[in-house]
Amino acid sequence: MAETVDARGLSCPQPVILTRTALQKTSGGEVIVVVDTMTQVHNCTRAAEKLGWQASYADKGEAFELTLRK
Amino acid sequence: MKNPRDFFASRVGIIVVGLVLGGLAATLQWKGNPGNMGICMACFTRDIAGALGLHRAGVVQYLRPEIPACCLGAFLAALAFREFRPRTGSAPVVRFVLGMFAMIGALVFLGCPWRAVLRLAGGDANAILGIVGLAVGIAIGVQFLKMGFSLGRSYPTRTLAGLAMPFVMVVLLLLAIFYPQFGAEGKAALFRSTKGPGALAAPIVLSILVGLIIGFLAQRTRFCTVGGIRDVVLMRDFHLLSGVAAFLVAAFVMNLIYRQFHAGFEGQPAAHNTHWLNFAGMRLAGLSFTLAGGCPGRQVFLCGEGDGDAAVFVFGMLTGAAVAHNFVMVGAAANAAYIVVIGLIVVGVIGFMGREKLALAR
Repeated sequence: MAETVDARGLSCPQPVILTRTALQKTSGGEVIVVVDTMTQVHNCTRAAEKLGWQASYADKGEAFELTLRK
Repeated sequence: MKNPRDFFASRVGIIVVGLVLGGLAATLQWKGNPGNMGICMACFTRDIAGALGLHRAGVVQYLRPEIPACCLGAFLAALAFREFRPRTGSAPVVRFVLGMFAMIGALVFLGCPWRAVLRLAGGDANAILGIVGLAVGIAIGVQFLKMGFSLGRSYPTRTLAGLAMPFVMVVLLLLAIFYPQFGAEGKAALFRSTKGPGALAAPIVLSILVGLIIGFLAQRTRFCTVGGIRDVVLMRDFHLLSGVAAFLVAAFVMNLIYRQFHAGFEGQPAAHNTHWLNFAGMRLAGLSFTLAGGCPGRQVFLCGEGDGDAAVFVFGMLTGAAVAHNFVMVGAAANAAYIVVIGLIVVGVIGFMGREKLALAR
């Protein structure tokens, strides 16, 4: 079961801080980040890629689900 | 599943937009806006407060169309790219207070972070103290964020709530265009400076057009002056800062071309050289903006996306501008020294009390 980070509704840069904290806890695998704006999709993607993870996202209507893999 | 890529989110995208924004700002000054004030979210909001009669500083009263145009440009971008998402509920009253102190701090320095960069691009060496203060304030804010500071979540709300601020901005824009008098001139709103920086303005059509373009592009790229420094301090991410650097370079080059570059500490337009106040004012502003999640421009653009909390922050800025002038706390004025200390204490208390029990970062 992939770890899920719920960062919906949080101001900059809290979604990024939560994402980095989750990624730094593990050496690899899959982490799901749920955000509610494209801004945070881009921000969290950039933070994840900087740590060597790959990102893809899906629009779930009220929120975006970002899947991070390494 | 999609890969989150688009031009505006790329490094090249934000640099190009930073260059465009810097060039446009210098051009607004060339066409009549006050010195090193092509665009300033703090000064222009303060001028709007004056036009509405919220303060009595006769030299800074003009309903600047750039601010509403910026918000509406962002609103159009948000609509066009399906990013208009009405949301609110993240400690609005605290954001109001942060907006007030961010504005008060910025007005001690005499400019928001955008203008700090423009002042530097125009040769105003006092801006260095302001930018250092801004960076220190942001660094303090980052420490609070690392300790788990949060204003809590916002939640989706109804369309009506998201449209409220764009509607207010439409009204402000119409007032700016038609400039109606609601009573005897000089005694009733709208007020309009006849001398001082408030009397200096680019042609209104240009101001509106540039405001719309800035709002549109900044919404797409998430251009943020405070975020630029914050992300470097937080995680050595230079993405947003590269946009701000491009903004500085473009404004500097255009200032040289327009012959509006004058280096030095003395005789700078709308500036003072009480160094510690330039530093302390922007330190207060930097901390306040960081805790609220972004620079004043970003807050205005977020209003266009339907962010009700950003709207409350902007109303806080408007109020802060009125308070700053009414209580003689602007620039190096008598009470500025007190308010930068009081403000740092108040915003510091907000920072400490806003920490969540869970540490969010190592």
